[in-house]
Amino acid sequence: MFKTLTLSAVAALALSTVGALAAGGEAHTEDFDFSFEGPFGTYDQMQLQRGLQVYTEVCAGCHGLRYVPLRTLADANGPGLPDDQVRAYAEQNFEVFDPELDDFRPAKPTDNFPVNTSVGAPDLSLMAKARAGFHGPYGLGINQLFKGIGGAEYIASLLTGYTGEEKEEAGTILYENTAFPGGWISMAPPLYGDDVEYADGHSTELEEIAMDVSAFLMWTAEPKMMERKQAGLAAVLFLTIFTVLLYLTNKRIWAPIKKKTKAKEA
Amino acid sequence: MSGIPHDHYEPKTSGEKWLERRLPVIGLLYDTLMIPTPKNLNWMWIWGIVLVFCLVLQIVTGIVLAMHYTSHVDLAFASVEHIMRNVNGGYMLRYLHSNGASLFFVAVYLHIFRGLYYGSYKTPREVTWIIGMLIYLAMMATAFMGYVLPWGQMSFWGATVITGLFGAIPLVGEPIQTWLLGGPAVDNATLNRFFSLHYLVPFIIAGLVIVHVWAFHSTGNNNPTGVEVRRSSKAEAEKDTLPFWPYFVMKDLFALMLILVIFFAIVGFMPNYLGHPDNYIEANALATPAHIVPEWYFLPFYAILRAFTADVWVVQIANFVSAGIIDAKFFGVLAMFGSIFVMVLVPWLDTSSVRSGRYRPMFKWWFALLVIDFLVLMWAGAMPAEPPYSTISLIASAYWFAYFLVILPILGVIEKPLPQPATIEEDFAAHYDPKTGGTKTVVNPAE
Repeated sequence: MFKTLTLSAVAALALSTVGALAAGGEAHTEDFDFSFEGPFGTYDQMQLQRGLQVYTEVCAGCHGLRYVPLRTLADANGPGLPDDQVRAYAEQNFEVFDPELDDFRPAKPTDNFPVNTSVGAPDLSLMAKARAGFHGPYGLGINQLFKGIGGAEYIASLLTGYTGEEKEEAGTILYENTAFPGGWISMAPPLYGDDVEYADGHSTELEEIAMDVSAFLMWTAEPKMMERKQAGLAAVLFLTIFTVLLYLTNKRIWAPIKKKTKAKEA
Repeated sequence: MSGIPHDHYEPKTSGEKWLERRLPVIGLLYDTLMIPTPKNLNWMWIWGIVLVFCLVLQIVTGIVLAMHYTSHVDLAFASVEHIMRNVNGGYMLRYLHSNGASLFFVAVYLHIFRGLYYGSYKTPREVTWIIGMLIYLAMMATAFMGYVLPWGQMSFWGATVITGLFGAIPLVGEPIQTWLLGGPAVDNATLNRFFSLHYLVPFIIAGLVIVHVWAFHSTGNNNPTGVEVRRSSKAEAEKDTLPFWPYFVMKDLFALMLILVIFFAIVGFMPNYLGHPDNYIEANALATPAHIVPEWYFLPFYAILRAFTADVWVVQIANFVSAGIIDAKFFGVLAMFGSIFVMVLVPWLDTSSVRSGRYRPMFKWWFALLVIDFLVLMWAGAMPAEPPYSTISLIASAYWFAYFLVILPILGVIEKPLPQPATIEEDFAAHYDPKTGGTKTVVNPAE
């Protein structure tokens, strides 16, 4: 009896969490195929570098990445830029206020990406974890195991989800978007396709650059994802072996007790 | 310790004798580890070890996290990101800690329902049960305050909603709420005291755990038959029991490792599964989330809290009788705390003389319904407070109270229990009887 109850408890637990997540709206998140999905998924370093380029040339105009240290661009499990490139990237692209100098100076790798609230755009550091794209199957949310939380998919869907319709509301122009809860977003379409030129000759179609920058933002939100999955896998393998050994130990210890009982009964 | 007769520690070397006369610590450890344990314990008796593991895990990871965390409204959210990005292994510590809380509650709920099914709360184990309930309450307080610390949107709004419950108490409610928060609203003072208490309460829990273990080591464990260990002589007791070490230590460790495989798979591969995406947005007192939900382990009680709205007749009667002092909001708060309080009272509400649900043919079905009821409440707690969910919550809440206040007292009178085995030895022998293939229990093969 308890076995079934335990199972149903686990199932309901899953159901209830997801109920919590599912109350968003009818906005549609397209299921893009990213390299980092699933227990063994990894970031595509080239894609992260392309995404960084899209972020720098397009998104950084309005959005910041306040929690992301510039030096982490050199992380082997991230974009993996060489140190001198990170230094050059920081200097060329960003200025930060230095309280010691009491003035602005070019950014260094030890600084974070600057805060950018110029037009009230939200910070993007954690956007890929602050939005859940999908909750299936049946609202159980278990597909997180195979697809992640759907944050990157949400961002890519948003970037490709503009219908072209506009409306004005209280002095603000709103743009219709199929991925945004409520259907109308105040951000003008940021990408149209061919907005950037990739050094590696990768396609610059709208969907491709949207996916690249979404992958980059997944990395900014979860920079240690690959380390985490590796640690998780090592722990699961080690504990599985340990479990088998303990099973055999336990069986061996109890065998004489159970056998004695059997002999006595028979 | 008193209880079941068994061998006690005899110091042999002169060094042991020297220490034993001054501090009998080895004797205490020996008696604790070698405690005679009913040999027919099934797999539902492993959750105690899992819970001890969770407590240790939470304290160890929590202390390290506290070294890097900053409890200030302007810095808390950023310091958690600092842990995630800059602290060596910090991402793992934080995910272990946040998912560890969920494992803790999975284990405690299974542990509690085990006790409810096998009548572990019945005489002479009432004190063990009540201390267990105190531990559970302390756990809920700790988990609630811990969820506030990352200072995300759900942290802030969850804290606002839950502390608002105290404001519903007539007359003294608002002063109490202000006193708890350290101000008129959830702010820096609240965050600081929650951090302080979140660090303190786990050590109170650790103390209560010791008393909890002490209590059931005095009465002896319950077991799936609910039949007591024979204790007229050591020889007789040994027919019913085995020492905790190594038999149950190994069994429990095996179960714990199996659970940890699943736990680490979740931590490694989907660590945010049980969290809420909104908590990755920094707290903002000016933007209320569309849908405020507590952590999954509070959902059943959250559902009970919201179930009693002003249009429910019980609420209207209470309002009328109390001349308006008990309004719908206060009634909801009373119902939520009451739903836990009835569990505390269960040793005296259950009138049956038979301990184990295994030998109670009617009880079994009501109990199964209670488990389903709990899961329904959990599901309803996550849904918006509107029809049909509000009606479902109300019916499920009503059953929760009916089970403890009506069904259990009546069942004990009208139910005809099945015959119980005379001894644990008999039950154990029947379980491993070669004729049944060694897998069946005596009375209830469904288990």
